[in-house]
Order: sequence, then C-alpha cells, then structure tokens
Amino acid sequence: MATPTLDKADAAGAPEPGFADSPYITATFRVRRFNPEISAESVWEDFQLEIDPKERVLDALHKIKWDQDGTLTFRRSCAHGICGSDAMRINGKNRLACKTLIKDLNPEKPITVEAIKGLTVLKDLVVDMDPFFQAYRDVMPFLITKETNEPTRERLQSAEDRERFDDTTKCILCAACTSSCPVFWNDGQYFGPAAIVNAHRFIFDSRDEAGEQRLEILNDKDGVWRCRTTFNCTDACPRGIEVTKAIQEVKRALITRRF
Amino acid sequence: MKIHKYDTVIVGAGGAGMRAAIEATKRSRTAVLTKLYPTRSHTGAAQGGMAAALANVEEDNWEWHTFDTIKGGDYLVDQDAAEILAKEAIDSVLDLEKMGLPFNRTPQGTIDQRRFGGHSRNHGEAPVRRSCYAADRTGHMILQTLYQNCVKEGVEFFNEFYVLDQLIVEIDGVKHSAGVVAYELATGEIHVFQAKAVIYASGGTGKFFKVTSNAHTLTGDGQAAVYRRGLPLEDMEFFQFHPTGIWRMGILLTEGARGEGGILRNKDGERFMEKYAPVMKDLASRDVVSRSIYTEIREGRGCGPEGDHVYLDLTHLPPEQLDAKLPDITEFARTYLGIEPYTDPIPIQPTAHYAMGGIPTNVQGEVLSDNTTVVPGLYAAGEVACVSVHGANRLGTNSLLDINVFGKRAGVAAAEYSAKVDAHIELPEDPAAQVVTQVERLRNSTGTERVAAIRLELQECMDANVMVFRTEQTIKTAVEKIAELRERYLNVSIQDKGRRFNTDLLEAVELGNLLDLAEVMAVSALARKESRGGHYREDYPTRDDVNFMRHTMAYREVGDDGTESIRLDYKPVVQTRYQPMERKY
Ligand SMILES: Cc1cc2nc3c(=O)[nH]c(=O)nc-3n(C[C@H](O)[C@H](O)[C@H](O)COP(=O)(O)OP(=O)(O)OC[C@H]3O[C@@H](n4cnc5c(N)ncnc54)[C@H](O)[C@@H]3O)c2cc1C
Ligand code: SF4
Ligand code: FES
Repeated sequence: MATPTLDKADAAGAPEPGFADSPYITATFRVRRFNPEISAESVWEDFQLEIDPKERVLDALHKIKWDQDGTLTFRRSCAHGICGSDAMRINGKNRLACKTLIKDLNPEKPITVEAIKGLTVLKDLVVDMDPFFQAYRDVMPFLITKETNEPTRERLQSAEDRERFDDTTKCILCAACTSSCPVFWNDGQYFGPAAIVNAHRFIFDSRDEAGEQRLEILNDKDGVWRCRTTFNCTDACPRGIEVTKAIQEVKRALITRRF
Repeated sequence: MKIHKYDTVIVGAGGAGMRAAIEATKRSRTAVLTKLYPTRSHTGAAQGGMAAALANVEEDNWEWHTFDTIKGGDYLVDQDAAEILAKEAIDSVLDLEKMGLPFNRTPQGTIDQRRFGGHSRNHGEAPVRRSCYAADRTGHMILQTLYQNCVKEGVEFFNEFYVLDQLIVEIDGVKHSAGVVAYELATGEIHVFQAKAVIYASGGTGKFFKVTSNAHTLTGDGQAAVYRRGLPLEDMEFFQFHPTGIWRMGILLTEGARGEGGILRNKDGERFMEKYAPVMKDLASRDVVSRSIYTEIREGRGCGPEGDHVYLDLTHLPPEQLDAKLPDITEFARTYLGIEPYTDPIPIQPTAHYAMGGIPTNVQGEVLSDNTTVVPGLYAAGEVACVSVHGANRLGTNSLLDINVFGKRAGVAAAEYSAKVDAHIELPEDPAAQVVTQVERLRNSTGTERVAAIRLELQECMDANVMVFRTEQTIKTAVEKIAELRERYLNVSIQDKGRRFNTDLLEAVELGNLLDLAEVMAVSALARKESRGGHYREDYPTRDDVNFMRHTMAYREVGDDGTESIRLDYKPVVQTRYQPMERKY
C-alpha cells in the first residue's frame, strides 16, 4: 500500500484542524475487506489518508480506491444522499457514506467501515440486495384503485390527505433501516422496516383501495408483529423518516382496521 | 459469453427508460438493462418539478409553453418537437398522477404548480406557475412511481449490467440495429442481447466536468456506444450550467428555491439579477443567470476570501415555507456546508448540469444516421437523446417532462416496431469481439497511467476551458489537452484484475467514454463561432442566425491508417410558427 508523501498539515506547521491555511488531517480508515476470489475470510485493512475533515466518508473511499488500492469495491452514484447506493456500517452505525462527514466521526481514532449486516456480502462493501428488493415487491408497492373508468383529470386529494403519508414517500430504498434491525439479522424472512415503510406509503394514501390486502400481507408471521420497537431503524434512516412510528401506525391499523 | 433474445431491449432504467418499459412490456417481450439498480438512477436527484400547462392555479396554455421552450432554447429548438412536448405535457403529468405520484396539492385538491425560470404568461409578459411538483423531490417521486409501476407490470430488469457496445448491421446500405453487448458487474461475464428494437435511455454525461450536479455514473456510455459505431451526435457543444450549485461541490440547489422567492446576491448584498434581466430577474433562463454570476465574480463582486462565489439568499422566506417546499435542499446546506438557511445565505456557483445534445432522434424517438435517415430498430429518449426540444438551452422542468413524453413515445414506437418485423436481424459474426478486446486489454495492461489522474485532468481542463465562457483559445487548449489525455489513456492500467464486481475496470471503461465525448464537445464548440444559449463565445458574443441557425452533427471518422478524427456536418432547424427574436428576460 502506498503511503501518502505530501503531509500538508506538517508543511503548514501543524495548525489545528479546521484552520484556514491547512484544512487537512491524517485519518485512518479501517475497512473490512472481503473478496471470495482471493479468500473465504474477511480481513480488516487500514488505510491512511490526508484529508479535509469536512469531506464525506465517500470522498475518503474514493481517495483510497483512486490513489492507493483500486480493488476496494463499493457502490455509489449520486454522492449526496438521494440514490441510496452507499449504505454501510461506519463506526458501527448504519449510514450513507456520502452523507457522513469525517469531522463528525471522531477522526482521531481509526474510522471503521464495513458492509451492512444481514445481507450476504459479495465483495468488500457490496451486499446482495435481491432479498431486500424482494420484500419490497411483496408488499405490492404500487397504487391500486378499483375504479373501472380512468378519470380524465387528476384524482383530487386534499393537502391534509397528501400530508398523511408524506414522511414515507421519502424512502430511497437504501436498506440502512432493515440492515440495522436485530430481528432481521436473526431471521431474514422478516419483511423488515423498509418494506413496511413502503406499504405504509400506500395504506395511508387516500387514493389507494388495497389497504386491506396490504394489511393482510403484513399480518403474516414474518410481518409487522415481529417488530420489537428497538428504534434502530429510525436512528439509521438517512432520510429522517420516522420508521418505527410508521410501523406502529401499520400495527394500529391492523387492530382497528382504520386507516 | 451468453446470448439472449428479446423483442425490445431498453438501455437504462431512469425516468426515460422506465417510462418506455411500462409501454414496451405491455406490447412486446422486453428486457431492461441497467448499470444501476433502477431506483439509483439520477432522475431521483431532480428536485424542482415538471412543466405542464394544467392551468390549475392561473391561466396558462400549451402554446405559451411551446413558445417559452423555443425562446429558452435560443431558437435552436425544433419547433414541431417543442409543440408535441408542450401539448403532451398535460397528459403525461396526469398519467403520473394516475400511476400514484404524490404531487403537492392546491387547497382545491388539484395538482399544485409553482414558478420556474423561463416559463411565462403570454409570451414573456410575467412568470407563470407551470411546474407541477412534489416538495423538492419531484424526480425522486417520478423515479419511485415509475419503478412501482414497473413492478406492477412485471418488467424484466437486468440490474448492474453495463451496455458497452451497440451492434449495427448494414443491409442494402442502411444501418440497422441488431442488439447490444453488455458486461455483468457481479460476474464479469459478457452478454449479447439480440433484439428487434433497442432503446437508449442511459442519461447524461456531466462527469467530464469537475463541478457538476451529475452523479458519478453519468459518463455518457450510450452516446459513446453509438458514436463509435459511426452514428452522429447532435449539438454536443450545448451544455447547461445551472446557476445554483453548492460552492465547490456542485450539488444542485433547485431553481425552485428562486421560484419560491430566493434571491441571488453579490458581496455587497446587491440583488444583481435586476441589472441583467429586469423582468424575470432571478428567474431568467439558466444560461443568462450563470453568465451574470460569473460576470459579478470577474468584476470583483464575488463573495468569500477568494471572491469565487455568490449567495443564494433564502433568509427572508418563512421557515415554514422552507420546510414545506424546500426541505431537501435546505438540508443539503446544513449537511454539507454547516449553514442554516433560515438565517444565513448559501454560497453557490454555476454547476455543470445538463447535456442538451446527444443521439439525434425524430419525434418518434427513432435514431438518425444522418440528417434524415432512420436506423431501423434503434431508438433513444431522455437526456441521452437530442430530439431537439431543448435547443441551445433547456428550461427548468422541461427534462422531467421530456423523459416522460419521449420515453413513452419511444417505448410505444419500439414495441410496435418489434411486433411488426417478423424476424431478428442476424447478429454479426463474433458479436462480442469489440467488448472482449476492450475489457481484456484493460485487464491485462501493464501501462503506467492511472484512471483517476487522467479523469481529474480532463475535468479540470473542461471546467477551465469549455464551461460558461469560451473563446477560440480556451477551446483549442481543451482540444489539445483532450488529445494528449486520449493518447495517455491507451497506456492506462488497473489494479483489480478480478471478475467479480470489478468497478476498477468499469471506471476505466467509463473514462474512455468521457474522453471521446469531451472531444466531440470541444470540436463542436470550436466550430460554432457565435453565442447561443448555453454556448457562449466571448470572441463571438452574439447569435448569428445567418450562419449558425443549424444543428451540429458530429461523426467519428476512421482513416485507412486507423487514425480517428471528427467530421462536422449541420442539420437545419425545424421552424413552424415562431420567428427568431432576440432573447430578453
Ligand atoms: C440534481 C439534478 C436536478 C434536476 N432537477 C430537474 C428538475 O427539477 N426538473 C427537470 O425537468 N429536470 C431536472 N433535472 C434533469 C433531469 O433530472 C434529467 O435530465 C433526467 O432525469 C434524465 O433522465 P434519464 O432517464 O434520461 O437518465 P437517468 O435518470 O440518468 O438514468 C440513466 C439510466 O441509464 C443507466 N445507464 C447508464 N449507462 C448505462 C450503461 N452503460 N448500461 C446500462 N445502463 C446504463 C443508468 O443505470 C440509469 O438507470 C435535474 C438533474 C439533476 C442532475
Ligand atoms: S426507510 Fe430510510 S433507512 Fe429505510 S430504506 Fe427507506 S430511506 Fe433507507
Ligand atoms: S451515493 Fe447516492 S446515496 Fe450515497
């Protein structure tokens, strides 16, 4: 592994981090590597970087990949928290690498980066997303209406009815919630928070007419009742969705059959 | 190598690809190949809205929308296409609502609308509320809604498949599409998809700039694949620089922020757009606002110690309005800049945003091999295509519209074509040869050049020389630099030699695409000795309708000795009822 030769912090007389003349610090990224083409075991590997702490963890991963080790593998696209590609476990917590600034991670200590849990790791930080998307598809994530004639104009919906499910429309299917859930870790059959969030988005949409059907799906033994309200999902959600609350609302709707 | 056979193959699962897929799947056996999971596509980044003259909140009609689109495009727009765009806008918004899209609502329960740059009442009289929106995540809601409906229709996706080559077969002197060749990320396997019809919906190419609102994955793969097979690219010199990117990062802050009342200010706190666009002010068209910002910066009125940015001021807007209408972008300011937009102005600079040019098509989405000849079986829609509805400068909210209107049209046309032709065109001999050679060369190369270094030099060169302001000299500098980088690219090597999830390899492939397209852009820009829309030449500061009221068509030529060059040709603009006028806002 190459060592960075340009120590900007030293060159500038080692000012404190955050000062204008040299924003750079030295940070260690401890990444859990796994490549079954090479070994069946995963290993931790340390990378040292000169980096501005106002940069994102994603920037750090790019610096490693581009300047030190091209084999480091992760998914990413938008780089600003809207595509859901780069959920990973950073310092033991699920976050998007592109939405996590280094300065917020206590960079004096090594920063650990590993794949999200509960989904099969395929290489380094890349996991198999298929079971996750399967659970999503299972809740029928699309508007269902019974009307036989399509309206000629838009369906009306009051601003309040629209607001009712606003929170759960924000989901970017990043899996940070589902892969932070201890129930899901123990049993991959559980639908998981993200699928329930997406069911909620339709159950509480005044235009949708398949609420009963969706509730029956979630009434299953692998459905909402498995949730033990640990709030991990809410803490993990990079979109600030109140995931646990949404799950609770679905549970309540199952009891009262009102939504 | 695996061979698959479908009626219709769609390359890309962003807004355009999925809108096409919903139509094509109903009518033909369809596969969608996408390098990203569909919901990761950059359509999800779009914030502000989608234009349609619904007239839900004030008087409006599609004719005014047509006019604004043509004027916004500095009269390089094909007027027949713009008329289709504006007319079909209304149904395409209503279609999305029926598919479940949660638009913001008016007190009456209809779809709410807001102002956006360049959209006006009665041919420029005053701004009009034409943009249909869902908070500041309209693109996210479009992408989600289309994906939901793809799930409903049972659309077949091949996720993380990278299309790297277009198969073209000549029959009686006419180029036909026979299919595509793709690389599977998970395994490194190469797949040939034989198809009666292929639709490119693979998005933009902004990553050849450094400061850009585009995703890392927007590397122009579709444009490059067809261009290398001898098909032309249209109007590649026209690229849009959006006025309000987050300073240095390029992350977009929607024009909707100014639609809601946000104001641009220089270091003296002056609302400088009043000087440049007395009527539309901060909502003048994007090229005008971006140039105004750089003029302020150049004349010493920029903000910050280096005077290299200006402010987007939202502090006079009520916090409730920001929370309700602009929650995402205010959060971007908090997350990435540590700035509270309730109380502090946000530092911004123009950011490379949108490719007006691309693969030339007619209004059915059929790809052209010259000014008029259709390539049977080949279609394109969305940012990868050039219809041309955006001309020299796209209006905000017209791209989400474009992907829906022309995505649908291409999906229908392609599927009808596949239903009509009896047999698949026979694949050329050894169809995967070019991709195999390319991939193996990269994997086995021992060269000394690195992908990241070349890419960064390319991006810095493009930012410095072919961005908001261009001159003969800066463009020539870019052309020379790109030639040098292309030469060095031949000597590039990668570290990951494996087959599984080899993103190192694909980044190298993507860089090759960016280099080819950057060259086309620069060469096209050099030849256009005028200023129009997004293409501004300081040495030719006015529009020249006599010599340049025409589309650029760039072709790759390979000489007998294997040397490559670019041949430029031109195509007339379709004019129907609007005579070119000077653009004033
Ligand atoms: C930040 C931002 C904000 C915007 N806001 C607005 C707005 O408010 N209103 C508006 O009208 N427009 C807006 N735009 C523009 C608009 O969003 C885009 O032009 C439009 O969404 C492009 O859609 P698309 O379907 O053509 O491409 P994309 O959504 O980019 O999709 C491209 C697809 O192609 C696939 N792909 C690419 N290469 C390959 C390959 N080699 N093989 C296989 N698949 C491939 C990708 O996986 C992806 O699925 C905005 C753009 C940005 C960047
Ligand atoms: S609910 Fe939040 S954490 Fe879960 S998938 Fe959606 S965006 Fe990600
Ligand atoms: S890269 Fe898109 S969410 Fe992080």
